[in-house]
Formats: sequence, C-alpha cells, structure tokens
Amino acid sequence: MRKLLLQGLFKAPLTERAPEDDAVARLAAELDGAARARLGRSLSIREVDAGSCNGCELEIHALGNAFYDLDRFGIRFVASPRHADVLLVTGPVSKNMAEALKRTYDATPGPKWVVAAGDCAINGGIFAGSYACADGVGAVVPVDLRIPGCPPSPVDVLTGLLALVEAGKG
Amino acid sequence: MDAFTQLFEKGRNGPCRPWPRAEVSAAEWTALTGHLVAGDLVLMGLWGDAGAAHMALREEGGGRLAVATCPCPDGTFPSVARHHAPAARLERTVRDLFGLVAEGAPDPRPWLDHGRWGVRHPLGTSVRAEPAGDANVVLAADAYPFLAAEGEGLHQIPVGPVHAGIIEPGHFRFSCYGETVVRLEGRLGYVHKGIEGLMAGADIARAARLAGRQSGDSTVAYALAFCRAVEAARGIVVPERAHALRAVMAELERLANHLGDIGGICNDAAFALMLAHCGVLRELVLRASARGFGHRLMMDKVVPGGVACDLAPEGVAALRALVAHARAAFPALVELYDNTASLQDRTVGTGFTRPDHVRQFGAGGYVGRASGRAFDARRSLPYPPYDRLPFEVAGRTEGDVNARVWVRIREVEESLGLIVRLLDTLPAGPVLAELNGTGEGRAGEGLAVVEGFRGDVLAFVALGADGRVRRAHLRDPSWFQWPLLETAIEGNIVADFPLCNKSFNCSYSGVDL
Repeated sequence: MRKLLLQGLFKAPLTERAPEDDAVARLAAELDGAARARLGRSLSIREVDAGSCNGCELEIHALGNAFYDLDRFGIRFVASPRHADVLLVTGPVSKNMAEALKRTYDATPGPKWVVAAGDCAINGGIFAGSYACADGVGAVVPVDLRIPGCPPSPVDVLTGLLALVEAGKG
Repeated sequence: MDAFTQLFEKGRNGPCRPWPRAEVSAAEWTALTGHLVAGDLVLMGLWGDAGAAHMALREEGGGRLAVATCPCPDGTFPSVARHHAPAARLERTVRDLFGLVAEGAPDPRPWLDHGRWGVRHPLGTSVRAEPAGDANVVLAADAYPFLAAEGEGLHQIPVGPVHAGIIEPGHFRFSCYGETVVRLEGRLGYVHKGIEGLMAGADIARAARLAGRQSGDSTVAYALAFCRAVEAARGIVVPERAHALRAVMAELERLANHLGDIGGICNDAAFALMLAHCGVLRELVLRASARGFGHRLMMDKVVPGGVACDLAPEGVAALRALVAHARAAFPALVELYDNTASLQDRTVGTGFTRPDHVRQFGAGGYVGRASGRAFDARRSLPYPPYDRLPFEVAGRTEGDVNARVWVRIREVEESLGLIVRLLDTLPAGPVLAELNGTGEGRAGEGLAVVEGFRGDVLAFVALGADGRVRRAHLRDPSWFQWPLLETAIEGNIVADFPLCNKSFNCSYSGVDL
C-alpha cells in the first residue's frame, strides 16, 4: 500500500481540465431567472433514479473518479434531499417512482433546482408512450436544466452542473 | 423417456430455434416442476404470453435447453413456485402483466404492479375476472404487507426506494435484533418501464435498442442476447468478424463492471484507495471502448445481423494499449486487496451464500461461481466465438463477499487475456449480415443465452409474419440472485448490508422490466 501511495505523490495528477468555458456559459444562459439566485460557489446534489436503465448512474458515478474529480468544483453528492440544492434526476419517471420523486422534491429545502439528466429524463426518451412511464421529469416536478445524452457523458453532466454554479454567481 | 426428453423431442418440429419449444399439458408442466425440485432441471426463466405461460428449462450438467408452454384457456396454470421457490417472483410478474394466475401459488401479493399504472394486466389478453374486493389486486404502495418477523426486541428498518448513494431505487425491509439482521425482504418494481409492452409490435431495430436499455450496465450482453434470438428465429448467419467484435465488446463490458464492483465493494468496507485506483482503470476501459466502438458503454453497437461499426486499426491499438496498461496496474491492486488485513476482516466470512441455495436457484455469475456452481454460459452453452476460445471459468467455494471479489479478480484477468486473443485472431470481412430476404415475412421464434458480467441473460423473441416483434422477454440473471441476497445477509450486521449488496450488485432495472 505504501508503494501505491508514494507513487500517487510523485506522479502527475490524472485530473483533467474543466470543460470549455463557452459551453458552460451557453448552458448557464439557458437557465431561467429563478436559477440565477446566488448559490455561492458550491452545490449539494441529491441524485434520484426515477426509472433509468442505470446507464446514467454509471456515468454520474464516474464524475467522482480521478479524471473528473467533481469535488474540486465544490460540487458534491449528498445522502439526503434535506441537504441538497439540486436534484439530479435520471430516467423517464416510472409511474412507480413518481410519488417517491415528488416526495424527494418536497423534502428538498428551497431555493432548489432540478436537473433532468439523459434523454429519458427530458421527455421519456425511448420509453416514451409506455403505460408505466410519466414521459419525463417535467411531468412530475419543475425542471430547470436539461442535459441530453443516452447516457450523457461525465463531461456533459459536469458541464451542466458547472453552468448551475456559474448561474449562481451572476 | 423422462419428461424433459419428451418435451425436447416434441418441440423439435416446433417454431423455436435453436432450442425447441412445445406445448405441454398441466400434468406434464407439473411433472417438469418435479424435476426442478429434484434438481436435475434448472429453471432458466418463466414468463407470460397471450393466454399461455412459458418456462425455460436446462438440464443440470447438460447442454440442452427447452421451453415448455402451458396454455391457460381459463387464465390459470399450475404454480411452479408452490414446489420450487425460485419461480415465485416470476409468477407474480406473469400475473401482474398478463393476468394469468399460478394456481396454488404460495405468495399472492403483486410484484411489479404497485397500483400506479392506471391499468391492470397491461400485456394480458385473457384476463380472468378477479373476485370483487380481492385485497391483492391493487395495493397502495404503503399497504404492501411485508413478511413478518416476530419476537421480543425485534425492530424494523425500512430503506428506500430513494437510497443514500447513486444507485437504483428499491425498498429493503430489515427486521433486526439489535444490530443483527433477522430477516430482509426486498420490494422492487420501482423502475418498471413497461419494456415488454414497448417491444411488442416494435420493429427489430427499435426492439434491439430497447433490449440494450433493460439494464444499462449490461447493454452489450442484453443486445447480444436479443440479437442472437432474432438471428436464430430468422436463420441469419452472422459474419465471423462480427462474432469476434461482439465478444471484444462483451469482455470490455465485463472488465468495466468488474473493476467498478471491486472498487465499490472495497469502498463499502471503507477502503477508498481501491475505489480510486479501480475507478481510474474503469474509466480507461470506457475511454478505450469509446475509441474502438464510438460509445463509452457500447450502447446500440450490437445490432441484429452483426455489429453497427467496424473496429478500425486505431481502435485495435487503443484496446491493446488498454490491456497492456491494465495488466501492468492490476496486480498491485490485487496484492493491495489481498494484503490489507482490515479489508479482509470485513469481506472474509461476510454474506455467506449457501451452495445448495445457489444450485436450487440456478444462480449464475459471480454469485453462483463463488459458491461452487461452475455454470458460465460461455462454457456451458457455448456460442461463437467462445466455442473455440480457450479460457478458464473462475470458481470458489467459500460463498462469502471475499469469494465474490476473487471471482471478479480472476475474471478481469481472464477477460484481458480474451481481448488480446480476440484481437490477435480478428478475422477480416464484413461485420453485418445482409438482412433483406433472410426469413422475412416468416414468423419464427428464437431463444438465446448470453453470459453478461453478472450472469446469464436469457432472451426469448417471437417474431410475427410482418417481421415485427410479437413477444420478447429478456430474463436478467438477478431474478435468481436477489432472493439469495436476502439469505446472505441473515445473521450479519446491518452495517454489512452495503458490502453484501455491492458484492451481489444485482440489477434493479433488469428485473423491473
């Protein structure tokens, strides 16, 4: 273990540069006025899987690895909606999860933002029209930011989250 | 001639390829159930259809598979679960989706139906009228009666469906005595998307995309299982190069998931260093996959007839570089796992899964192989190119978290070797068969079993004369692993549940359909 830790000290970090500024600025501009309230420079996120195939979760998980290192931006995932500023929601919102999502939203203190991550979360994606789906997060709770992709890559998700932080500065 | 051979022979001229399917009487169905109980047959799946129930069976120790179909003119079929517990949740699902009732079933509670869809039996055509006021039909989510655990000092801990981590939703009900778990019962169905409803009537291209999203972490395995079933039904011959590329993708998927799991299990034992290093390796696998095949998870890259894109020389180079790097970096992590006493203290002896349970449930993947069940579809029901590739099937007998970690470690090493062998012998030629004219306009059925990272995925596809999917069912390996998690946690402390759960890493989406 000592050897691995020492190597870690002397090797260059794997962490990569933040996504391009204009992509962040473009997304920040898309956010509506309510989201422009001051967030400070940090975000606490509660992730809610509302019926995803778990592909989005894999990529959101990847944000924690050494290449993306989400923590350096002051963004962190929290265990309870009561600690969260942002709900990061994936999946088309299965009807069996709709109430849990609504309750999670209600449990999140304001000001709060909802990010719909992935094509399913935006409009149901490939699952749209099913008897068991609400066809998107917007059908259940108000959505502030949409991140398309199937699944969105970690850079896509990171870009979206940075846009929220940027909007908070404005 | 035993009941299985009879079924196998009867189905030879039936519609299903490459394994036969035949209709059986209720008495024959029950006789087959007897063989499941005796252990000479393994339940591979049980699913509903318009007015019939299907059951896929495999000879234990043999390579023969067959599907028995029990027509249900009155909306009922004899319960398998009454005698053979692994069928219980499958039968509850058949009832929820099709309205077909397993006569004499031990558990009348709904499974996927939480009373939120606005319809009942959404896929059913032969709906039996339920007696009025049947409390089991539509239940409010809060009213689901969990199995009881009674005694002085017992308390319950409800967890979920929204969990603390970035994981899928499901509800776990713990009954505890102090810190010790006396009983765990899972309740799933929260991510039911109605996949089988969407597949019915879809063209095969769309259905393949849906199949690849039944469980996103196994998208290659699912797409492969679905496509192999379609190809069997239509008699499509897949080019050799496509077989090889499919296997490269399948092994990359196995690598990425096992690396993520090994890191995740150690992290759940509060050893974050492993997660950090395994996370780096996992990310490199995903990036190499993207460079080789154009998508980090390789979604929609396995398509009916072959693969969607060829592997360019740059892709081959990227994959070779990945394997070289992983082979250099992984042994130090294995050593770290093996030599950290505080970590071993958490994993050794924790979450013991009994070998007889694993056999009874026909549990595949690392759950089965860590408890002495050697089944691996790549070996036991070989399909190209594994039928001509030498590789070791990892196995342990201890059945604890540690054994499940070691099976994954060995499979990571084996997958790295397989990728190199596949790249070394990559055949030239096309990567997609010409679909036009092959079996089009002819109804047919196909059955396929593919080894995903967490176990065997079974796919049944019935195509209509219009070339569209009439009925498709994909059975996740987790159907036979979730119930065993409930046995593995018994007698362990609540704090070890995340560890046990991660060592199983069952799919929610895969079983919620």
